[in-house]
Amino acid sequence: MSNTQWPLWEVFTQKKFGNPFEHAGSVHAPDKEMALQNARDVYSRRNEATCIWVVPSELIVSSSPEDVSSFFDPMNDKIYRNPNFFKTTGASFE
Amino acid sequence: MIDEELEKKFLDRIDRGEVIEPKDWMPERYRKQLIRMMSQHAHSEIVGMLPEGNWITRAPSLKRKTVLLAKVQDEAGHGLYIYSGTETLNVTREEIVGEFLNGKAKYSSIFNYPTLSWADMGAIGWLVDGAAIVNQTALAKCSYGPYARAMVRICKEENFHHKQGYEILATLMKGTKEQREMAQDSVNRFWWPSLMMFGPHDKDSPHSGDLLRWKVKLYSNDTLRQRFIDRTIPQAENIGLTIPDPKLKWNEQAKHYEHGDIDWEEFYNVINGRGICNKERMRVRKKAHEDGSWVRDAAEAYAKKHSSKTVEA
Repeated sequence: MSNTQWPLWEVFTQKKFGNPFEHAGSVHAPDKEMALQNARDVYSRRNEATCIWVVPSELIVSSSPEDVSSFFDPMNDKIYRNPNFFKTTGASFE
Repeated sequence: MIDEELEKKFLDRIDRGEVIEPKDWMPERYRKQLIRMMSQHAHSEIVGMLPEGNWITRAPSLKRKTVLLAKVQDEAGHGLYIYSGTETLNVTREEIVGEFLNGKAKYSSIFNYPTLSWADMGAIGWLVDGAAIVNQTALAKCSYGPYARAMVRICKEENFHHKQGYEILATLMKGTKEQREMAQDSVNRFWWPSLMMFGPHDKDSPHSGDLLRWKVKLYSNDTLRQRFIDRTIPQAENIGLTIPDPKLKWNEQAKHYEHGDIDWEEFYNVINGRGICNKERMRVRKKAHEDGSWVRDAAEAYAKKHSSKTVEA
């Protein structure tokens, strides 16, 4: 008797057309078709999604929280990337 | 960094109300307690399907039957949301489900009570899911991200469960004398076990200290129980149901209901395996797992065959 729980897939759902995809959770499934079907049954029983992505969990690459300061550090001294850095002497940019 | 420093940083994060994510550093005890609490919670959702599943074939109308089917399917979904969240704590689905099937893991004692009449579908939705909502609304703000997010999802769906249960009882209370008695009998049986769902009184709750410190729990057992009682009594009065507690009375000063003593001996008996349905629930759960094995085998064989074809092509 099989007792394995199959590979783990991360599920991303798009709530409305045009919206970005958001992580919803995970499911176990033996292949990609079943991963999609399981994801629909678990994360969209009430039309919560217009589209679903499933990705094998082991393929996801993440930055690590311990390195948060050094990893994002290169952006810290580049405040000129923000529009508020510039003096616009009272002109309207609305 | 040594563990003490890491733990201090962790507690500072908790104090600032930050959300802890799976890859963040966390004390081993935090991880362990969360695994225990979340997997118990997930098992409860799964076992919760059994008392209600009993009534799917006997629902009094097609409408009630489709609603009950959807509700039971939701409970499966809730179990899966929380299993998925628990797995982010470095524990596998096999381990979590294995502990359940071998009887080591616990689940909510409420599901060890039998469902004797159709009115029980009403009382479970209204009282049991009502109590669960109070608990889960608090947990939706807990410090562990995956648990909190699963709770947000669950709370939305529980509101449907809660109201459909109330509607079942409200309908029975407008019916014949027998129907009203059936509704009242069900509330008589489910009221006290529902209060027990919040766990022991604060002074007797062994895990509460750490869980409150880590903001896994945001409110104590007694606070949540009181919240449930205060919001439920007016709903009972609204449809003419009597709460089976002669000591129940409104305290105008405290703006709360006072209630009679909870029978904790019953609670511990049920928790420790001596409830009416403990054995039956485990038997059915194990049978469902075994009966499903051919489906798991078939899906796996299909996936294998399919992937070998793709490679050849």
